[in-house]
Amino acid sequence: MEDKIRHVICPYCGCLCDDILIEMTGGEISGVENACTLGARKFLDDAGNRLKGPIMRKGDEWVDISYEEAIDYAVKVLSEADRPLLYGWSGCMTETQAIGAHLAELIGGIVDSTTSVCHGPSILAIQEVGHPGCTLGQVKNRADTIIYWGSNTIEAHPRHLSRYTNYADAYFFHNAFRERKVIVVDVRKTVTAEIATEFVQIDQGGDYHVLSALRAIIRERGGVIPDMVAGVPKAQLIRVAEICRQAKFGALFFGVGITMTGGKYKNIRNAIEFISELNRYTKWTISPMRGHSNVYGSNEVFTWISGYPFAVDYSRGIAFYNPGETTAVDILARKEADAALIMSSDPGAHFPRVCSEHLARIPTILFDPYPSATTHLCTLQIPTAVNGIDAAGTAYRMDGIPIMTRRFMETVYPTDTKLMQEIYDRIRKVKEDA
Amino acid sequence: MHEILIKNAFVIDPIQGIHGDIMDISVRDGRIVDKVSGTCEVIDAGGNLTLPGGIDSHTHVCGTKVNFGRYMSPEDMRAGRTPRRGAMYHTSGYTVPTTYGNSYRYSKMGYTTLLEGAMAPMEARHTHEEFAATPMQDMLANTLFDGNWNLFEAVGDKDIRQAAAVIGWTLSAVRGFGVKLTNPGGTEAWGFGDDLSSIDETVPNWDITPRDIIDTSIKACEFLHLPHSVHLHCNNLGMPGNYRTTLQTLDIPSDLNPDRQTLYLTHVQFHSYGGSTWGDISSEAEKVASSVNTKPQVVIDMGQVMFGRTMTMTADGPMEFRLYTLHHNKWSNHDVELETGSGVIPVYYSRKSPVNSIMWAIGLELALLVKNPWQCMLTTDNPNGAPFVKYPEIIGLLMSNLYREKELDQVHKLTTDRTSLGTIDRELSFEDIAVMTRAGQAKALGIIDQGKGHLKEGALADIAIYPVKPDQTDPSLQYEEVIGAFQQTLYTLKDGFVVNRDGEVIRGIPNRTFWVNANLPDDMDVMKSPRFVEKFSRYYSVDLENYMVQDDYVERGIEMNTHVA
Repeated sequence: MEDKIRHVICPYCGCLCDDILIEMTGGEISGVENACTLGARKFLDDAGNRLKGPIMRKGDEWVDISYEEAIDYAVKVLSEADRPLLYGWSGCMTETQAIGAHLAELIGGIVDSTTSVCHGPSILAIQEVGHPGCTLGQVKNRADTIIYWGSNTIEAHPRHLSRYTNYADAYFFHNAFRERKVIVVDVRKTVTAEIATEFVQIDQGGDYHVLSALRAIIRERGGVIPDMVAGVPKAQLIRVAEICRQAKFGALFFGVGITMTGGKYKNIRNAIEFISELNRYTKWTISPMRGHSNVYGSNEVFTWISGYPFAVDYSRGIAFYNPGETTAVDILARKEADAALIMSSDPGAHFPRVCSEHLARIPTILFDPYPSATTHLCTLQIPTAVNGIDAAGTAYRMDGIPIMTRRFMETVYPTDTKLMQEIYDRIRKVKEDA
Repeated sequence: MHEILIKNAFVIDPIQGIHGDIMDISVRDGRIVDKVSGTCEVIDAGGNLTLPGGIDSHTHVCGTKVNFGRYMSPEDMRAGRTPRRGAMYHTSGYTVPTTYGNSYRYSKMGYTTLLEGAMAPMEARHTHEEFAATPMQDMLANTLFDGNWNLFEAVGDKDIRQAAAVIGWTLSAVRGFGVKLTNPGGTEAWGFGDDLSSIDETVPNWDITPRDIIDTSIKACEFLHLPHSVHLHCNNLGMPGNYRTTLQTLDIPSDLNPDRQTLYLTHVQFHSYGGSTWGDISSEAEKVASSVNTKPQVVIDMGQVMFGRTMTMTADGPMEFRLYTLHHNKWSNHDVELETGSGVIPVYYSRKSPVNSIMWAIGLELALLVKNPWQCMLTTDNPNGAPFVKYPEIIGLLMSNLYREKELDQVHKLTTDRTSLGTIDRELSFEDIAVMTRAGQAKALGIIDQGKGHLKEGALADIAIYPVKPDQTDPSLQYEEVIGAFQQTLYTLKDGFVVNRDGEVIRGIPNRTFWVNANLPDDMDVMKSPRFVEKFSRYYSVDLENYMVQDDYVERGIEMNTHVA
């Protein structure tokens, strides 16, 4: 039997494309239309790759255990821990993230999301100078000038250009693609740079300098700028500044190429102030290219519950936030955590070695449908239904638009929402009985 | 069956015409009843002031821009932290507290119903998610239409029926409650960095004016028989000389509804400025209040400013940018495609600033010069004028001339010359305050029949008992006691349960979301219009099928069904 399901939301990246068409044959995904390669693989590689059930490390062996046993273990470890770290969350739906924040509060733990290793610096900059942004449809309909800075969008967010920027239908243009200008700023000539009207190739680590130079030109203080700034000729800077000033609506998108290079949040602060400055002349917005499908949701949920977007430490009862101290990498590198819950993310593939070593030493519980690098570090792995395939919930697009993902497949797996609620309820009972 | 008997209550219930009688109130299973059994729980109110639960008809507590205020402000989160305790989760924040912070603090002040003032339709799920995390109050969401392209087309065609079709569909689709216009047309102009400066200026790229948008929306709203009227944030907020725009706007509506106002003007303090620059700004509250006094079809809320730190947040994106160029503080902006805008910046209102002092005086002038308390609600446009925890101080200022004089002495001297505050000796009564903080709101929002804002038999048992005995208290002298009483109830009851006692939340009750399902005849169904569907799919960045808010977000929703004439 073949079935077609329309308007499916892709749970891969922060674009949350919601026009995916899925073909099902015999209860399995057999075809994907409209998705990019990354999104299509997310759907097509699902079948046959999930763990069949929870697995527990016993010595050098993996032992199959039941969900009941897995939950018993999680309840015991988390309720007995002194400094538990609850990390990941960006592949979970907000319903699960909310339980996670309350669980951290209940057990006096630390709750942090993958934000702290991607756009954490962007948030620190926003907390200093704010964030002039907009929804992606605003860019699509109005923008005549688009900048991608430190973001190889064509490879990292392949449909961003066709759905939201350069190639998208626009209300205010007859032929949007021909009327728009695209500026790409990067340290190398990426695939994205090849479609740019203007490619600005900067020296590694030169973002702050180039942004400062552009701000000076916009403020009509270009005289102080040397002939070359971080590998960029002054003439090109003047040209770029002029394009920016002439734009009717400009939109700057930035990736981890600028958040995770030297200068970190100061780069982003400079970029935001550049955009704020341009708004005195014309309309500009700036937006981070968020990675995981619901990483922005984790920031939103943690904020309305705790007041802070990530890195919240409840060890003193109140919510305490100090990135650099209360961020997952730092807690692990200092060997403070005595238990870890890793939600649908893969620190084993991304964290520094000392952090992975520490995760391997302490009881680490991983929620993930698939085996990952973190599998090799954890004590227990619990597979759940996959959000956006056989589980539904709320996800926030990179621009803050909340969408409910679709569940289009029958499942034998419990959702992470259900399991987290069970863990929360049982630990609360343990605490109340104590 | 759960019953409570409240004895010796000094009840003021303006909707029922109870003006301060000592009486008993019987509660069963969440409702006010005639009598209860002899064995039930008894609360002795001890002659203290007992009112229906408070209702805030304009506050910003849930949704995208509120959360952005938190997100960008760890300094504010640090300014108000409490740990998990008893039935309460931890809280953070002072001017923009976390959802639980808002909810517990409102509950402590006796509030049981809140209207979120501005929800962008496209971001409705966010607002509803935060509603679910605001456990102590029933919630309603005013829905933004100020830059809605589908509405604009209907306005351009002068087609009230089509405007009603768009409004009705949108409210139902996003589980919204009322129609909110914020700087109508101006937020669309801001899409290209512009604003409008008059209600008769043409919206760029659209052959319509703010006046057209307001007028058509009012008529569409009445055509749909919505419980609440159009809820308007006028053009030119915060601009010296903007009172002219406000007066012109006040002249737009005729009296179209026998049960409530036809137009609700919000935070009118920010719209009652004379002068032409920040240097010569003055109060024109007398002119604005005079206009309101001749127009029973209008209700306003104060938008009172109180001194200290706060966070401004509004759909009025261009206004926030202007504020940013004045304050040079951090600035956030968030335009929402085809619908609206928004902005957030922190501010500090100083009593040493002539402008801030004049703003402070104007809000009070409005509340004292509008003769009928049913036409002026007590608000700060939380948190724009001040966080809502300042309401009790505002009550004190309105009830005591002595307190006002003392405060007036402390503010910038120009306030006396540029406002009439010092010449007003009116002191509001407890009954006036009861109208301006619950009864008037229930009427203005059209939720009296939902059992809100009164204590009639059958009403929802939302009750606030404040530690003050009105018959033994002279508010004009004992204003400090009055302020203290309104800061913390003895008991707050919601749905017939004591939820807050002496400032501590003792239990949570699942809250409700009131939303409007506007039932439309088939020929008004925009989903059947190829033009609507085609434009939606071309210009929105989500599919129509993924735009509409699922029932999962209003699990405890109260669907208010309306029907067109």
